[in-house]
Amino acid sequence: MEAVSAAPQPISTRATAVRATVQRPGVDAVREKGWWRASKWLLARRLTQFGILAVFLIGPWFGVWIVKGNLSSSLTLEILPLTDVFLLAQMLAAGQWPYREALLGGGIVLAFYLLVGGRTFCSWVCPVNLVTDAAAWLRRRLGLKGGKKPSAHTRYWLLAFVLVAAAVTGTLAWEWVNPVSMLHRGLIFGFGLAWGIVLAVFLYDLFIASRGWCGHLCPMGACYSLLGRVALARVSADKRRLCDDCMDCFAVCPEPQVIRPALKAAGQDHPLILDPNCTTCGRCVDVCSKDVFRITTRFDRSES
Amino acid sequence: MSDQADQRAGEPQALPRRRFLKDAAGVAGGAGLLALGVGLHARQAGALPATALRPPGALPEADFLAACVRCGLCVRDCPYDTLKLAQLGDGVPVGTPCFNARSIPCEMCEDIPCVPACPTGALDRALTDIEEARMGLAVLIDQETCLNYLGLRCDVCYRVCPVIDKAITLEMIHNPRSDRHAMFLPTVHSDHCTGCGKCEQACVLPGESAIKVLPTHLAKGSTAEHYLKGWVEREAHGRSLIGDQVELPVRGMEGQAYGDTRLRPDAPPPAGDTRPYAPGGLDSGWKP
Repeated sequence: MEAVSAAPQPISTRATAVRATVQRPGVDAVREKGWWRASKWLLARRLTQFGILAVFLIGPWFGVWIVKGNLSSSLTLEILPLTDVFLLAQMLAAGQWPYREALLGGGIVLAFYLLVGGRTFCSWVCPVNLVTDAAAWLRRRLGLKGGKKPSAHTRYWLLAFVLVAAAVTGTLAWEWVNPVSMLHRGLIFGFGLAWGIVLAVFLYDLFIASRGWCGHLCPMGACYSLLGRVALARVSADKRRLCDDCMDCFAVCPEPQVIRPALKAAGQDHPLILDPNCTTCGRCVDVCSKDVFRITTRFDRSES
Repeated sequence: MSDQADQRAGEPQALPRRRFLKDAAGVAGGAGLLALGVGLHARQAGALPATALRPPGALPEADFLAACVRCGLCVRDCPYDTLKLAQLGDGVPVGTPCFNARSIPCEMCEDIPCVPACPTGALDRALTDIEEARMGLAVLIDQETCLNYLGLRCDVCYRVCPVIDKAITLEMIHNPRSDRHAMFLPTVHSDHCTGCGKCEQACVLPGESAIKVLPTHLAKGSTAEHYLKGWVEREAHGRSLIGDQVELPVRGMEGQAYGDTRLRPDAPPPAGDTRPYAPGGLDSGWKP
């Protein structure tokens, strides 16, 4: 029974992370490990993100229909239905019971992310991740500091209120502004003015709150965070004794508060990052010149 | 006062707890306001523009907006590219499927592929006969520009109607302008019109169509339930509900049967239709 009692520490963790903001995390890693090895997980992730976009796009672009629909609900090879659980939750809150396809599709998605880890959706699938990663990169490069960051709990409140709004209005209210579904749908079916909302997310992350959208506000991410409690794929700081406190991992991590308990044994003994907000993006693995981190399973508590 | 004194004297946790409560209230309040704004906006902007039509089998608009996840699978299975997903700024709830009859109408496929494509039930699979679809109701909205109303024989809306002679009929009436021609007025019947929009697309007028498909609630008045139609009741009961009408003599026509208003009853009856309300109303007596 590992009591993840990170509750008393978040403020100091965040303060540490803010202090650690360095402009070019990963320079040491590139020097020591070479560019390929220091970008392995980033490349894999970008490949997955663009690959998923590509299978959605070759239908409308080239008439090769592997996947129809969009991330909200899709049909792969005319047989496999997949439905977003956040949309399904909104729909149920709005008082509609869907057909079997949507329930089945939602069940498959739910099972997958429960198994692999909810926030892997955010880092490996969600198209907004490309936008907010770009904003975070630019913010580091320009050395932008300050701004006003909302509490990281805001997303859960927003998630609750989004469901309440769906129940009260009887419509999928959040889908009027949801940048995640809007961006993906826009890429496949046409944008209209939706690019404005995506631009707003970019500018918000760039100037107002570092990692503000994905890490603090997005109720969809909050929904997937809730699915991250029993995730199998987890990052482990198994060589944490080699850590030289360069702070590169804190600087690149989209949810820096998740690292400290594992890396610095704060409130836990084992080196596994079990915080459901960890997106398992693997960027910490990349940028660490000492190879402190690796991606493993939640059962692997070994330390070396 | 005593509370404050207790806190000051008590454990140092008191301050973080108060701070936590304050933060939580702020966060919850902010998130709540944002969600409330979004909800209100969704409600206010939820009204569908009259020219945007939903796919066949769509649930009533309020339910549709709760059930549709905006995935576009119906759009993909529409073989005629009729359906589009609304984009932000179109005035239609963003991401929901709709079509504009004037540009691409519904071709009323017999297998209705868009309906089974919908995974959520926003399009109701109870619809299996496309002629039962009610995407809207065609209304001949401009009688001033409609060529048939000008006495011409355009008839295009009637000809293209997939439910011809049932959803649209041509009603022949006398042309009072020339006083010697007929007008064939395209007339829509809500019992059969599916709202496919073929008529609106085909209307030959250069810009806006004279016949338009409108959402049914805009196109139809409500039925006058409190009003008994005498002719319907008479048919149902075999007699008039108010009894026979009192027959009053008409001065100067005492010798004639009730209802016979001919001035010279001895004259031979006119050839053709002698019904008292034959189509045409005015009868100038002109014969070609």
